[in-house]
Amino acid sequence: MAKVLMKGNEALGAAAIKAGCKYFFGYPITPQSELPEFMSRELPKVGGAFVQAESEVAAINMIYGAAGTGTRVLTSSSSVGVALKQEGISYIAGAELPCVIINISRGGPGLGGIQPSQADYFMSTRGGGNGDYRHPVYAPATVQEAVDLTMEAFNVADYYRTPVIVLGDGMIGQMMEPVEFNEPKKRELPAKDWATTGTEGKRKPNIINSLFLDPQALEDHNWKLDRKYKEIEENETMYEMYKMDDAEIVFVAYGTTSRIVKNSVEALRAEGIKAGLIRPITLWPYPTKAFDEIPASAKALISVEMSTGQMIDDVKIANEGRLPVHFYGRTGGMVPTPDAIIAKAKEVLGGVK
Amino acid sequence: MSVVFKKTEGLAEKQTHYCPGCTHGIIHRLVGEVLEELGVIGKAIGVAPVGCSVLAYDYFNCDMHEAAHGRAPAVATGIKRVLPENVVFTYQGDGDLASIGTAEIVHAAHRGEKFTTIFVNNCIYGMTGGQMSPTTLVGQKATTAPQGRQVELSGRPIRMAEMLATIDGAAFVERVSVHNVANIRKAKKAIKKAFEVQLEGKGFGIVEVLSTCPTNWGLTAPEAMKWLEDNMIPYYPLGNFRTPEEGK
Repeated sequence: MAKVLMKGNEALGAAAIKAGCKYFFGYPITPQSELPEFMSRELPKVGGAFVQAESEVAAINMIYGAAGTGTRVLTSSSSVGVALKQEGISYIAGAELPCVIINISRGGPGLGGIQPSQADYFMSTRGGGNGDYRHPVYAPATVQEAVDLTMEAFNVADYYRTPVIVLGDGMIGQMMEPVEFNEPKKRELPAKDWATTGTEGKRKPNIINSLFLDPQALEDHNWKLDRKYKEIEENETMYEMYKMDDAEIVFVAYGTTSRIVKNSVEALRAEGIKAGLIRPITLWPYPTKAFDEIPASAKALISVEMSTGQMIDDVKIANEGRLPVHFYGRTGGMVPTPDAIIAKAKEVLGGVK
Repeated sequence: MSVVFKKTEGLAEKQTHYCPGCTHGIIHRLVGEVLEELGVIGKAIGVAPVGCSVLAYDYFNCDMHEAAHGRAPAVATGIKRVLPENVVFTYQGDGDLASIGTAEIVHAAHRGEKFTTIFVNNCIYGMTGGQMSPTTLVGQKATTAPQGRQVELSGRPIRMAEMLATIDGAAFVERVSVHNVANIRKAKKAIKKAFEVQLEGKGFGIVEVLSTCPTNWGLTAPEAMKWLEDNMIPYYPLGNFRTPEEGK
């Protein structure tokens, strides 16, 4: 298929439709509003429905209802709005329903700003709502990857019966890049015999629920969910090792930030400094195993983030104290420059030599 | 021998958990009978709320979807937009619908969502133990209004049926009561009409049903029926507030 030049937000919507999603429920917020706008235009053409909800809380609960019918559904928002959606995401995880949630994140806390940020890492990877749950989080670094991962997200959601988050940022949402809409990876997906579609008198009623008044039943349910999360960790972890074979200084960065870091890696190598990058593609499950593959040449790790340091917790856990862990971050919508990242690497290497 | 009375097919073989004298059982039965009489049990999808009727998903003999506090109308919107040919209803109490879920019910009505809401108003939070609700009457005691509801602190009780009847997308709005046989019959008629409005694709329908809470009102069951009649009906007048004909 030919490449087309598309804005990130619109490409995300097109990817969802390509993946078979016909229903979108959402609420406008910068910097992702082109996505609901695109869906309002395109979904009626495929016999689907777009509803602009009265709030993010209502939108995610519409998703909860629609997901219960077994169809593929999408909502999108940005940081502040996703915070509001956490109530529904917890219910969807508890009731084991599939759906995809796109977060084109911006700076916070509170109203924050509208520039790109990675400060939703904790909210996305720790289960931002109440209770014991996790959900896969994909962090695309390009518009093409955003398209591919969104299609994969629908498969993963259906396979494991779980909400899946695609976590972009204002940069991914707003920039235009050439993209190709390839056929989504095929997966053998289980039948949706749990869906509430009306019994038609042919089966017992289906009940979609996350209430367990008996503590033993809730504990059983939570361990069952936990086993599912272990399976997702085992099978769905994704990461990229970039120029890591002989790396002395190892960056860890995801999404937009990882693209900037790649430039820094190239520039450092041009100067004879062996730099490499671990790029988590799934933020949950976190690619802990990538850290086992760090070569003996490595002297230090630097977590580079557009936040005051949220992923660094996972870097430290994955590193298990083997190497010193440093941090370089910009926040508030400020984007790191390659020069600043290079300077940080030199400073760190100077300290460990 | 002909059968003169039997359990409706619209309800499951399950004993309910409701307190003695509570009218949720009657209202469940009316909804079940209407689903059966309209022949739509097989295409019905109910949305249960949080509150005393949180376990309603176990009691109706159709597909059911449990919702978060107040969010049943949003969940029902999601279901109905995907499955427009199915029959979708929410069953909600006054804490759920008139407090935490006011935005959801107002906007579902506003969009003219084609589902049916059964709104059970007993003027108190039942399941959480008798706290004040937005519909608690002035002077009525509740655990969070120990001196009785005071207007200057909590405002006057909200009349949801009247409010929703001002919204163009609400095709059918009626308030009924189930404190005696004559009113139970009228209540069933209204519930049936609300579902018919949905089947005809005319828009959103809601039936507010005045209900009792002997446990949290501190009354016997017969006293509770009398209290409803003497205190609730004067403030929450029964009757139809909107029909599809008016909405034209």
